[in-house]
Amino acid sequence: MASEKIDVRYVAKLARIALSEDEAERFGKQLGDLLAHVNVLSELETASVPATAQVVESRNVERSDEAGPCLDRETVLSMAPQREGSFFRVPKIIGQP
Amino acid sequence: MNDVVKRSAAEIARDVNAKRISARDVTEAVLARVDEVDDRLGCYLTRLHDLAREQASRVDERVAAGESLPLAGVPLAVKDNMCLSGTRTTAASKILENWIAPYTSTAVQRMLDAGAVPIGKSNLDEFAMGSSCENSALGVTRNPYDLQRVPGGSSGGSAAAVAAFEAAIGMGSDTGGSIREPGAFCNVVGFKPTYGRVSRYGLIAFASSLDQIGPLTRTVEDAALAYDAMAGHDPMDSTSIDRPVEPAAPSLREDLEGLRIGIVKEFVTAKLGAEIDALYKRAYAELAKLGAELVEVSLPTADYGLATYYLIAPAECSSNLARFDGVRYGLRVDGADVGQMYEQTRAAGFGPEVKRRILIGTYALSSGYYDAYYVKAQKARTMSAQDFKKAFEHCDLIAAPAASSPAFEFDSKSDPYSMYMMDYYTIPMSLAGLPALSVPCGYAGTPAMPMGLQLAAPLFEETRLLGAAHAYERATAYAVEGAIAV
Repeated sequence: MASEKIDVRYVAKLARIALSEDEAERFGKQLGDLLAHVNVLSELETASVPATAQVVESRNVERSDEAGPCLDRETVLSMAPQREGSFFRVPKIIGQP
Repeated sequence: MNDVVKRSAAEIARDVNAKRISARDVTEAVLARVDEVDDRLGCYLTRLHDLAREQASRVDERVAAGESLPLAGVPLAVKDNMCLSGTRTTAASKILENWIAPYTSTAVQRMLDAGAVPIGKSNLDEFAMGSSCENSALGVTRNPYDLQRVPGGSSGGSAAAVAAFEAAIGMGSDTGGSIREPGAFCNVVGFKPTYGRVSRYGLIAFASSLDQIGPLTRTVEDAALAYDAMAGHDPMDSTSIDRPVEPAAPSLREDLEGLRIGIVKEFVTAKLGAEIDALYKRAYAELAKLGAELVEVSLPTADYGLATYYLIAPAECSSNLARFDGVRYGLRVDGADVGQMYEQTRAAGFGPEVKRRILIGTYALSSGYYDAYYVKAQKARTMSAQDFKKAFEHCDLIAAPAASSPAFEFDSKSDPYSMYMMDYYTIPMSLAGLPALSVPCGYAGTPAMPMGLQLAAPLFEETRLLGAAHAYERATAYAVEGAIAV
């Protein structure tokens, strides 16, 4: 099976993962090889087959819009890598691509 | 070694409820066992001595007050992708290395309510992605039958802990085989219930349409006890099934009379070599000897399972793991702006296999490729489920290998795809959401390493599945010796 050529840097950008030169080369090749394997699916005639949405007979689940018990704010904020008062602190976002 | 650690969960619960031994004494014996062997085996990422003693004392108090608990004093290994309030919960990833869970997952809570005692948080492949535990970023787990070999994965820590008498029940999660394959590698029972039977609330998500929690145990009876404790609807997991759970423990059988067991035509075990082929042929003959009628069934799309799975699972993982961004919890690596912060955090926090799967999944879901890869795979998944539906018109259970080889040596699968091949026999059942288990069926290779027989049932037929596995186990008893290397 021929390996697929994929733009791994573009995919990594979408996935928000910085790649080293070495990783870009290695993952690019491995992903190409894997896609060559999964391309066997093209042998299956699926025109009239519905895509799986679920495998058991579950139904949409709704509940009334009422506040229930949840984690308190201090517990949640105490897990944050950086906080400021009752906020999560993050680097500047406005103006970013 | 205090022999109490070798007792089954059923025996321990019976004795603790009868006050013949205290949960506290059982716990001390198991903690001593952990301290004796776990530096070599590495089953646990975190040992929970204090919590175990507290819980054991609570169990003893409840028993003294007249309660009878189905898992009274039973030592429990909790896979470290399940939240247990106040304990480090890492998913074996650097991105969660120091994260303390602020709540307890439903499945774990139900085990604790039933009287189980948490001994430790067990190792896994990072975010449950792998078949050997070699993808753990936080530790190495060794197979108790041969320390040069892997325990399987991703629930390898729980499987090895149970095999080495460091717990009687291990909690695992199975997405494509992550309970059944390590069960086979470590000569224990590994049971994945129907998708949705056990709540996933508090399980760190990998692929949400496939993930399912289940037990690893030394006996089928213990698997049934654990299942009876953990299964059932949970309003906190909207995919958990709202239908009654028939208790499995009272329905364990001693024979297979009246059962038709399907042998899958496409699973040609001759491809696995003469020794393994003979082993599975013997296992099928053992089923027949117990009274089962063997019938040939066909799963025409079985060969496409791996390709289907390695699009769907990575697609779901790329979406689920988007939450690890360095903002609300876990690791953060600073960057000049928020984009760099995300990219550097995820670069430093995720290991190579997790990155690979996120990249595959991102690609399969990206504009221009979504229909060709993701939608195509979801259609193939429908065909796979239809295959099983048709096959189960002719049989009550399906028998198959649990893995294509015994446990392999560390670093022997350098190419990711050869590792993915380990799940060839377990993935089709996962795609169809079916309950399936692995039960010890003998030894192969040099040195002789354990192998597992996989049994699968139609949706919701856990009781039939466990009942039959019990008959097979009682008649063959391949697992009686327990771990031998330590």
